[in-house]
Amino acid sequence: MDIETLVRLAQLVGAACFVLGLHLMNSPASARNGNLLSAGGMVVAVGATLLDLITRPGGVSGFGWAVIVIGFAIGGGLGLYTARTVKMTAMPQLVSLFNAVGGGAAALVAIDDFVRIAASGQTASVSTTVFTVLDVVIGSVTFTGSLIASGKLQGLISGKPIIFPGSRILTIVLAIVAVIATVVLVLGANGTLAIDGTVSVLVLALIIASACVFGVTMVLPIGGADMPVVISLLNAFTGTAVAMAGFVLVNPVLIISGALVGASGGILTKLMADAMNRSIINIMIGGFGGGEGTVGSAGGGATQVRSVSADDAAIQMAYASSVIIVPGYGLAVAQAQHACRELGELLESRGVDVKYAIHPVAGRMPGHMNVLLAEANVPYPLLKEMDDINPEFDRCDVALVVGANDVTNPAARRPGNPVSGMPILNVDHAKSIIVIKRSMGRGYAGIDNELYGNPKTGMLFADAKDGLGQLVAAVKAL
Amino acid sequence: MTDLLTQITIFVLAILVGFEVISKVPATLHTPLMSGANSIHGIVLVGGMIIAAGADNPVSYTLAFVAMVFGAANVVGGYVVTDRMLLMFKKKPAAPKPAAQA
Repeated sequence: MDIETLVRLAQLVGAACFVLGLHLMNSPASARNGNLLSAGGMVVAVGATLLDLITRPGGVSGFGWAVIVIGFAIGGGLGLYTARTVKMTAMPQLVSLFNAVGGGAAALVAIDDFVRIAASGQTASVSTTVFTVLDVVIGSVTFTGSLIASGKLQGLISGKPIIFPGSRILTIVLAIVAVIATVVLVLGANGTLAIDGTVSVLVLALIIASACVFGVTMVLPIGGADMPVVISLLNAFTGTAVAMAGFVLVNPVLIISGALVGASGGILTKLMADAMNRSIINIMIGGFGGGEGTVGSAGGGATQVRSVSADDAAIQMAYASSVIIVPGYGLAVAQAQHACRELGELLESRGVDVKYAIHPVAGRMPGHMNVLLAEANVPYPLLKEMDDINPEFDRCDVALVVGANDVTNPAARRPGNPVSGMPILNVDHAKSIIVIKRSMGRGYAGIDNELYGNPKTGMLFADAKDGLGQLVAAVKAL
Repeated sequence: MTDLLTQITIFVLAILVGFEVISKVPATLHTPLMSGANSIHGIVLVGGMIIAAGADNPVSYTLAFVAMVFGAANVVGGYVVTDRMLLMFKKKPAAPKPAAQA
């Protein structure tokens, strides 16, 4: 067996590991092994490529090796360091950052190929040109788009939808420029249009520039709460860009892995959007809270709310037989997961039955709340998914809502408002409800939460962390 | 042309596999799964290695270098952060639990 066959087979093994790894990640019990299998596949595929380069006739120049080794050391080191040290609350933006650089790398691979062909005085074939342009466009859009998404989650850029005058027109103009430039390159490739290497590189640069700006204008108008879906979509984009890079380099493992991520990422994006009762199209066109004219009013004028002191709330919970804690976005933002666990343990030690109701989209990303609470050592069996916990609200004495808003709004059961049809937690079925919230501010959907006007509800106005801290102190003092 | 056709065949089949491989995933796993898929497209690192190996001028070396840094950050960081997320789901040893309840 010659080296090339060996390399190809090893890369096939790598690709197979990716598929099996992703499959194992569908269930919590096998997820970690799935990720390790996928990582093993990556080592095999990269190792095979290394073998291919070492045995390549003519070899690789010393400078080429330096680029590979130093580049890997720097990138890998940065990746390892940030991945090890990032706080679990900041994890979604880190994933977006990794996605950005992946998309950037995919674009660079095609750009390099294109520039090299142009410099050699030859013309790339039509198919190579098409794949190059697709790779460059998708990769560049992902690069800047993911950076913006990451910036929004990190708070560097306002999480609110940002819409500036003429943004729609700008987007259309960018698309037209990119299409015309692509047509010029394709015509140049099949010989209809005589363009020399320098011109074609300039045209490609124009495509890159418009794609980069497009990535920014695409993500800016989308609100922070939709970012998980956007990041997932951009993740699928990167996969597609990598597959295109595979076509450009004639490398099957890139094509397989890229197509795999593109498709599975697309499905995952749809699953996430479904869990939030949002359609991907709606998210991309503009959020419902984004001043696009669909801000609905729940009606009924100013609602009367009752505020409750930490001491009263503590007494209610400490003498309850069952308490369900409903953590939300506000808890994630305030990093109050440890305070939450402390309160839960304190109540348990007093014999109260404590459970956590996790809405599918609680936190900053689907599943994020589970990760945060698990990090704070909340026992996994206490975390209940929405369908399991909803019947239990009827039997529960106190529901403690910490920084969750729209996912608890009973208005969702009625048609005709922005949250209609969204799956919600039946918090209003509990005998008594305590809501820790900073203010009466509206949630992402931009409507009042009818739960707060419920006579059973007491509002504890505080930041999630402070509020939980006060409750812990008050329960201890009993 | 047949070469291109083979590649397109591989591409289409891999897309179908991608659709099928994600089935009924509990919402809990959405984020780790996305992160896991994110690390897989770090395979673009292989592309970075190939262009670095073929580079023979400053522009190519620069592009290849940036691609290597980006790709390596994607791969290494992606797998490590996914593993960290999944570690959180590991069932904690039962020992400390009864102590808290007692």
